[in-house]
Amino acid sequence: MTDLYEAQRAMRNMRKAALQRGVIAILDVGTSKIACLVLRFDGERFMGGDGVGALAGQSSFRVIGAATTRSRGVRFGEIESMPETERAIRTAVQAAQKMAQTRVDHVIACFSGGNPRSYGIAGQVDVEYETVSEQDVARVLAASDVPDYGTHREVLHAQPVNFQLDHRSGLKDPRGQIGQTLAVDMHMLTVDTATIQNLLYCIKRCDLEVAGLASGAYVSGISALVEDEQELGAACVDLGGGATDVSIFMKKHMIYADSVRMGGEHVTSDIAMGLQIPFATAERIKTFYGGLVATGMDDREMIEVGGESGDWEKDRRTVSRAELIGIIRPRVEEILEGVRECLDAAGFEHMPSQQIVLTGGGSQIPGLDTLAPKILGQNVRIGRPLRVQGLPQAATGAAFASAVGLCLFAANPQDEWWDFEIPAERYPARSLKRAMRWFKDNW
Amino acid sequence: MRPVDPIDFAKGPTAGGSARVSEAVARAIRARRGDDSVPQRPRDPAPSRTAYRMNRLWLTPSFRFFLRRIAPLAAVAACVGLWFASEEHRTAFTDQIVLMKSEIQNRPEFMVKLMAIDGASEALAEDIREIVAMDFPISSFDLDLPGMLEQVEDLDAVASAGLHVRAGGILQIDITERTPAVIWRSDAGLEMLDAEGHRVAALPHRGDRPDLPLIAGEGAEREVVEALAILKAAGPLLPRMRGLVRVGERRWNVVLDRDQVIMLPEEKPLGALAQVVALDQAKDLLGRDVAIVDMRRPTRPTVRLTEAAQDELKRLRGVELGVSYR
Repeated sequence: MTDLYEAQRAMRNMRKAALQRGVIAILDVGTSKIACLVLRFDGERFMGGDGVGALAGQSSFRVIGAATTRSRGVRFGEIESMPETERAIRTAVQAAQKMAQTRVDHVIACFSGGNPRSYGIAGQVDVEYETVSEQDVARVLAASDVPDYGTHREVLHAQPVNFQLDHRSGLKDPRGQIGQTLAVDMHMLTVDTATIQNLLYCIKRCDLEVAGLASGAYVSGISALVEDEQELGAACVDLGGGATDVSIFMKKHMIYADSVRMGGEHVTSDIAMGLQIPFATAERIKTFYGGLVATGMDDREMIEVGGESGDWEKDRRTVSRAELIGIIRPRVEEILEGVRECLDAAGFEHMPSQQIVLTGGGSQIPGLDTLAPKILGQNVRIGRPLRVQGLPQAATGAAFASAVGLCLFAANPQDEWWDFEIPAERYPARSLKRAMRWFKDNW
Repeated sequence: MRPVDPIDFAKGPTAGGSARVSEAVARAIRARRGDDSVPQRPRDPAPSRTAYRMNRLWLTPSFRFFLRRIAPLAAVAACVGLWFASEEHRTAFTDQIVLMKSEIQNRPEFMVKLMAIDGASEALAEDIREIVAMDFPISSFDLDLPGMLEQVEDLDAVASAGLHVRAGGILQIDITERTPAVIWRSDAGLEMLDAEGHRVAALPHRGDRPDLPLIAGEGAEREVVEALAILKAAGPLLPRMRGLVRVGERRWNVVLDRDQVIMLPEEKPLGALAQVVALDQAKDLLGRDVAIVDMRRPTRPTVRLTEAAQDELKRLRGVELGVSYR
């Protein structure tokens, strides 16, 4: 626990150093693609113009380099073959560097695999003096009862969601307020240690320093949900290549995250198996002709499957689009059922607002907006990520929701547990702060 | 001619028959021939680790700056340094420089062919030609104009000089000569001095310049200005004047013919002289038998008579008193 605490703190320092230097890279390691964006923080505020707003103060950066490459060696959002993934990361980083014409040393990465699991934890402590001090906040965070999440798992996010002072709940910042008892609700997200370590190792092999790690569910939520959705409560579903991330936001905090280990790649493999065609062809047919709602027209639209087998009969096959939809739809339904289960497990039906936002590459299937409401409920929309300054047109699609979210995360990270002060009791015995505290208590 | 590759004869997928079979056959034939060049695998788009590192290194601003700005400079400097490290290269280089320099300097445009002296008398011009001796034509780069100017100005007869190379390759020397104002008789002989007491030239005989007044005595040459003032004040006495004598480096004696001397005081000698002149005009003082008019105390002028005059005076007094000394 403290280990990770230290590691996260080190990452935050690294992020600060990167911002000082002004250039930081964003790495979205997905199952189907790896995206790398290079951000430049020059401090100048971009104000409006060209239909782009000031982005609520988050426009202090601009994207100066962007590159995507086909992901290799990743399954279900987890790294399966490290040399392959390392190569893919290298490709993406080098291309982005070339576009940015600068070298990046710091990278903030996100991934969606690793079985994310959410915990809501609470802590309570008596306020030491009259008013709540930073130390009180630190103590209440330290006093929260961390569940036993297993030895092979690590905490990826631990965000204080709500502070409560005596009977007043919903405080964003309790410092300086007068009260007796301070309580905190925290949302903690854990993932498999091995997943993180594999990713860190791959990034390290590329001579890059990790300046932050984030969950894919979280970052796609902060980019695809608009502000009032985050405030009132909404779920973001990122239909990715190998995993579908679900995150629930409330009062601008993520309160739940989970992932369904199914995604677009499964649809592709279904097509490949069902039509007996290579994987690449299946992917092409899916993106060109894929759909979810078959009409009479689709029976007559024949798709040339093609092939390289050399067998004329085999290479001249055609399928109707209705057949293709018949293959795609059950799998997408299955994915959405999985999402439904996640939402049910999280108690989404008790939320005041039932908004669901679908994003990610999978959300571009035509007909998803008619299929999804049948499974997920009426308030479903297809979300695209926020526009950030300098992002190339090719990278503004729904598939880049988590990359864009990671940009916002890099610019304005939410306060996490490790951003608060360390409670004085936990300082080493010879610390100056501890001595100061002793003086304060005794004089 | 390129050896025939059996794979070229393999039927394509569109030509009917199985391409895979023909490809396998072709591969087998190729293997039997010992030609084991494997068909190219699809290129890996990923950069190798080294390529990636080199790329990052190249994108490092400091490294880039070093390689693009500093490294070429350093390479050139190193080459030059290595070339100059050898003694014979160095001498060859300096020789070449010297050669080029002299070639440029000796161009006809820069040559000085003759010297023109303006404002100097014949004798002075001769002197100048003597000290500024050089063999024309000479390059104007080789002329040491300040040095020559100093030499020329060191000449006593030259008050000021200007030296420049005129268009057409002429070394022009403009001279302002000193005009002698007095003759100074010293132990070393006769010398002419100008109005400021500066030496102009030596004079063999007094008679060569009868127009100039004569001064003598120790320290006389330092007080030429005062001497000239006295001479000017002595206007009516000038025809009789033989010269001025500086006495004890503090005051002047005016020496007239018939060995008459007017001793002037240290201070305000002009006033005293004017007094004498007035006396002379009124009473014809100097026309009488007076040896010395002593004006060292202007309030009490004293006159010394000659021997004969004294005797005459005694005689006259004796006549008055009825006494004869003889």
